[in-house]
Amino acid sequence: MSKVLIRGATLCYPHLGSERAVDLLFVPGQVLGMDPKPSQVRGAEEVDGRGRWLIPGLVDLAARLREPGATHKADIRSEVTAALLGGITHLVLPPDTRPAVDSTAVVELILRRAREGRGATVHAIGALTRDLGEEALAEMGALRAAGCIAVGNIGRPLGNSNLLRRALQYAASLDLPVHLQAIDPWIGAGGVAHEGRVAALQGLPGIPETTETLALARDLMLVEEAGVRAHFARLSCARSVALIADARRRGLRVSADVAMPNLFLNEHDVLPFRADAHLLPPLRTSADRDALRAALADGTIDAVCSDHQPHDPDAKLRPFPATEPGASGVDSFLGLGLKLVQEGVLSRSAWLERAALAPRRILGLPLPTLEAGALPDFVLVDPRAEYTLDAATMMSRGKNTPFRGWRLPGRVDLAVIADRLWIR
Amino acid sequence: MSLQLTPDGRLRHLLTIDGLPRRLVEELLDAADSLRGVALRGNKKLPLLRGRTIINLFFEASTRTRTTFELAAERLSADVVNLDVASSSTSKGESLLDTLATLEAMHCDMFVVRHPDSGAAHFIAEHAAPGTAVLNAGDGRHAHPTQALLDAYTIRRHKPRFEDLTIAVVGDVLHSRVARSELRAFGILGAGELRVVGPRTLLPPAIEELGVQVHTDIESGITGADVIVMLRLQRERMRGAFLPSEGEYFRRYGLSAERLKLAKPDCIVMHPGPMNRGVEIASEVADGPRSVILEQVSNGLAVRMAVMSHILGAQVPA
Repeated sequence: MSKVLIRGATLCYPHLGSERAVDLLFVPGQVLGMDPKPSQVRGAEEVDGRGRWLIPGLVDLAARLREPGATHKADIRSEVTAALLGGITHLVLPPDTRPAVDSTAVVELILRRAREGRGATVHAIGALTRDLGEEALAEMGALRAAGCIAVGNIGRPLGNSNLLRRALQYAASLDLPVHLQAIDPWIGAGGVAHEGRVAALQGLPGIPETTETLALARDLMLVEEAGVRAHFARLSCARSVALIADARRRGLRVSADVAMPNLFLNEHDVLPFRADAHLLPPLRTSADRDALRAALADGTIDAVCSDHQPHDPDAKLRPFPATEPGASGVDSFLGLGLKLVQEGVLSRSAWLERAALAPRRILGLPLPTLEAGALPDFVLVDPRAEYTLDAATMMSRGKNTPFRGWRLPGRVDLAVIADRLWIR
Repeated sequence: MSLQLTPDGRLRHLLTIDGLPRRLVEELLDAADSLRGVALRGNKKLPLLRGRTIINLFFEASTRTRTTFELAAERLSADVVNLDVASSSTSKGESLLDTLATLEAMHCDMFVVRHPDSGAAHFIAEHAAPGTAVLNAGDGRHAHPTQALLDAYTIRRHKPRFEDLTIAVVGDVLHSRVARSELRAFGILGAGELRVVGPRTLLPPAIEELGVQVHTDIESGITGADVIVMLRLQRERMRGAFLPSEGEYFRRYGLSAERLKLAKPDCIVMHPGPMNRGVEIASEVADGPRSVILEQVSNGLAVRMAVMSHILGAQVPA
């Protein structure tokens, strides 16, 4: 494999101290070292790093890849490539594929396809219950043995509190972390938008915040009782943030994330019946959005994810309530993160903490280094280059985004994870 | 920017009352006034829409509403095609856009659309060929603009100054496209006081923010009212999830002759139909001297003629 030399990039690794200019030499599969001697760089392909930031690869805690079960929307190969080109080197696949990730066969299929895909590394969350249903525990031990990094109910409500209680106790016995998305199965069932002013006006079936807060309060109690390591996914409102903060004050070791669209948009963005803004959890009030931003800044929310949900065009070409929820997110994850920095919501190091380092801690992955011998896991980004997000600039097969037409900062010039290298 | 208004302020489509200027609403009501005579004399047709084709595209069964649109179009000499899509190709899996494309290939001038999803009329207008107008005949819980206009027209015939009026809309506001469009229309026309009345289970949570007063007690809600609009309570709401029973609903929220005494002595009572007698309204009120419910139906014809003529660019003789 040929050597690559990144020359003169600004090193932005918050966990490795202050920024400085570096040259970095690597081959796919291995870092050869920083600031190499002239004899080492002979024959290396040079990439201009001046004015660019060298950052750890971003880690996306939620990306639907639509395989197995919905390959008319996207597939593992297309989406892991799009993710890598978007600066994401690790992504987490929620268990709500079809069939659900509740058997070793499904896990093995996903991880094999992911390895063939030559893009971002895929980490699978196994189902907490069989078929993500209300009846029985999933074979969590087997799922872990097959490669799942956690178990969870992401994307599906779990109404049976007794089953959830046992599932958490069982996961705790295996020391297996759980990823929970708090959704009450009854309150707001069938809803398509935040139950508030806009839904009232537009006659859209509403999803009240109690859909989330009620389930979150219950889940926190059960997590505390079971003593399981828990991550709470996709908080959407200020009261959920308060519940997490309160649990932390009681000494619970829980983490939480928020989906990128909920940091920028609010309930008004569904006007007038914009199917691309049909999301779950829904876009709530501007006060909720501000609280989510504040919580991400102060660390109450540990991480931000893209909540990538690519769709085929037909899924959004219907009257609003009949459209499928979700936005394609891997293409805009880096740009919107940089926008948070530009807008002063996060410092650059806080952004990297929330989008690259904290997710690794949540997943139990080592923090990346650039020592000789380390596995390459970094991205070279030009923070001043801008582009317009649209179908032509999106690499995901899903072009459904509420940010269509936005000017976004940040062009990825190079991204590498292990031996998978992409250079612009 | 506005899907339903042209740059010079005319209707390209009628999808919602929201955002219509007062001048335009009044113009439509004035046109309905001019057409009322024709609407009431069934034997005479106006040639205003001769040679134009209107398709009634109903994805939700409704004989009454479809019939008034059909009659309105016929009295304007348009060719009318009725299509009950609820029982046709979409149930065979054809997408809404495919159905539209097929119908557009027949070169029609207007779709009159009823659909069970909020926003469906808007969606169809976005995807219709240029020059094909969309008239919303009710989409989900969102809007029923011609019903709101005909109700405003009916009120205006009895009580011309909206500024002086207290209007109470009573019943299932949560699921009602009629209520949403009426509250908008009455607001645009400058209604003095708008009230919604019903149990909390049937009111949208953020309804106060729309500038209406909320009453969960019907007696305070209709006290001193000039106009009472009773909404239809749909059968499926009565089976326990939103309300305990029909009987309890009538006792708590039904409009009886006794309760009507709390309103102004000349208060008029309206209902968009079809009524559930003995559930939301007592028969003696529905058939009583204050009721203008049948007048609403005949006014509906004139208002729909006015809207169709306006959208298709015909000059209504004054």
